[in-house]
Amino acid sequence: MTDLSYTPEEEEFRARLREWLGDVLPGLPAKPRPDDWPGRRAYDTAWQRMLYDAGYAGLHWPVDAGGRGATPTQHLIFLEETEKAGAPYVGANFVGLLHAGPTIATEGTAEQRARWLPPVLCGDEIWCQGFSEPEAGSDLASLRTRAVRDGDHYVASGQKIWTSHAEVADWCELLVRTDPAAPKHRGISWLAMRMDAPGVTVRPLRTLAGSTEFAEMFLDEVRVPVSHRVGAENDGWRVTMVTLSFERGTAFVGEVVACRRTLAALAAEARANGRWDDPVLRRTLGRLNAEFRALWRLTQWNVSEAQRAGGSGGVPGTGGSVFKLRYSQARQELYDAAAEVLGADGADLDREWVLDRLTSLSYTIAAGTSQIQQNIVAERILGLPKGR
Amino acid sequence: MDFQLSDDQRALRTGIRELLAGRFGRDRMRAALDAGTDVDRVVWGELGAAGFFALRLPEAEGGVGLGLPESVLLFEEAGRVLLPGPLAASHLAAGAVKGAAEGGTVVAVLDECRPVAHLGAADALIALVGGEVRVLEGAALREFVRGATCPVRSLDPLTPLHRVTAAASLGDPLPGAEAARFRREGVLLAAAEQLGSAARTTEMAVQHARGREQFGSPIGAFQSVKHLCAQMLVRAELARTAVYAAAVTADPVEIAGAKLLADEAAVRNARDCLQVHGGMGFTWEADVHLHLKRAWLRAGQWLTAAEAEETLAADLC
Repeated sequence: MTDLSYTPEEEEFRARLREWLGDVLPGLPAKPRPDDWPGRRAYDTAWQRMLYDAGYAGLHWPVDAGGRGATPTQHLIFLEETEKAGAPYVGANFVGLLHAGPTIATEGTAEQRARWLPPVLCGDEIWCQGFSEPEAGSDLASLRTRAVRDGDHYVASGQKIWTSHAEVADWCELLVRTDPAAPKHRGISWLAMRMDAPGVTVRPLRTLAGSTEFAEMFLDEVRVPVSHRVGAENDGWRVTMVTLSFERGTAFVGEVVACRRTLAALAAEARANGRWDDPVLRRTLGRLNAEFRALWRLTQWNVSEAQRAGGSGGVPGTGGSVFKLRYSQARQELYDAAAEVLGADGADLDREWVLDRLTSLSYTIAAGTSQIQQNIVAERILGLPKGR
Repeated sequence: MDFQLSDDQRALRTGIRELLAGRFGRDRMRAALDAGTDVDRVVWGELGAAGFFALRLPEAEGGVGLGLPESVLLFEEAGRVLLPGPLAASHLAAGAVKGAAEGGTVVAVLDECRPVAHLGAADALIALVGGEVRVLEGAALREFVRGATCPVRSLDPLTPLHRVTAAASLGDPLPGAEAARFRREGVLLAAAEQLGSAARTTEMAVQHARGREQFGSPIGAFQSVKHLCAQMLVRAELARTAVYAAAVTADPVEIAGAKLLADEAAVRNARDCLQVHGGMGFTWEADVHLHLKRAWLRAGQWLTAAEAEETLAADLC
């Protein structure tokens, strides 16, 4: 706990970023409606292109992968400032920048890095994630989509689900079973599949929030060149674990900043509509203030740990599970409090925070359910035995 | 930004942990419990000699010259081993009350109308009255104890309490001492003790869950037990970053948040630890009830959850 202040270099980085955001944000196109997928793609890739042109694309990626090699603290500042300024979220570029890109950067060949990384950074190509299946959600390793070798191609068949941005993606990071006889973690391979390949069918899924945030994807004898496999054949599980460790780290930084802003807005609304006089609600908001302040400090703690370890970018490791468990819970409580503040208007879908309340329900499920995260904490951090 | 313990801080933590293990191990704690002694003068003197109370006094005044973050590490260790006594009051009084820095004077604290801990063993009493810090010692203190207080049967067997029953003279204001700072730091140090207790009960639960077998396997292999333990760690780790950050910033709102989360972690973790211990957890022999009782007591001292939440709510406006 030596130092919570930022160095002059870090503050200078922040100042230059702030100035740039002030210059470019007014020129952004209008925000598309949530169900306008082509519009969303255009909006998100335009933002990525602006980042690229200004030298902020892949900030935390290693330099030899086309990134800026920024320190974890600089990445934290970047996420904090872009959120504060109301800049677009990473959006449709999420999988490319935070999953597939880092995986290819770490595990890919020189040719694979040269082929796939630059278009991710400049926003020319969008990736989606073909991991989950109807019978393989939390137990991801039991996936059944098969890929059989046929000369210099794999022929893949099966079904994927919860595939974010599938409607607009160019590429899919696809997990397939290449050795059905091997133990379930050992027979999996990681493939880069073109989304316009013959045999790929995408069907939007309607979520409880009414939107089509995800899709299910059907693969019918889709041919994927063997050269599009990242990592060794049947070594895809290890490759995937490299990928997932990024998701649980700094991926939530911007959202913690956003939650703190929402909390302040809730207090202002409660003061305006008189609900602030309810001591139970007021104390709930006070408690949430403690939660989100502490979650922000926990983020700084994890980032400092990664920085000391000489890492760059995400915060791999199990510390992310501790964060995610508490954050996903607190976020749901935040929007429950919002409903209290809104009173009767809490049933009006057009009021701010009502749709967010519905969306927040996914947080204890996505990227590993809270129950799976608790198993991870218990077994990998606390060393409790594996079991039932 | 570098929000991790420095090498010196790690060494300090190791040093105090070893000192406490040697001077106030479990046998000593249990002996104190059986004998009904609340403040062990020998241990107190040894803590004083090791710089526990003088930690933040300038070196020119015979202190160690360290800061609030280092104090927090000491109090976390004290909380782990259930070290009894008015630790925070004595630590905060170092430099202001003669003998407190060396561990020769035991200093208790009266904060508004809350019960006073360890009054019977105290050589001096600090009273926080409005914005003032007043000090009672010697004959005036004995007069106050006899005439204006009565003992309370305390929930925590290692923390005797007195209730103030009558208005009394509370001595002279201590020049230069500010009650707000005294309270703020008292809140933080109590939070640090709660954090130590929360971390310790997590370890106790995990240790028990790994060793205790039922239905042919360690109970820690059962998901229901795993999830109790995992939530204990999550609470302790969130409280840790809150307490450490508050020690660095000394910000009153951040300190209030730290106390709120550390109280919750200490109380909930002790309860869950008791649950993991099953029937054994309900016995006097298991230490877990002592952690729970201390945690309940501390949750009512310095700053309650309701007060903390109001402070944190006011910060939103």
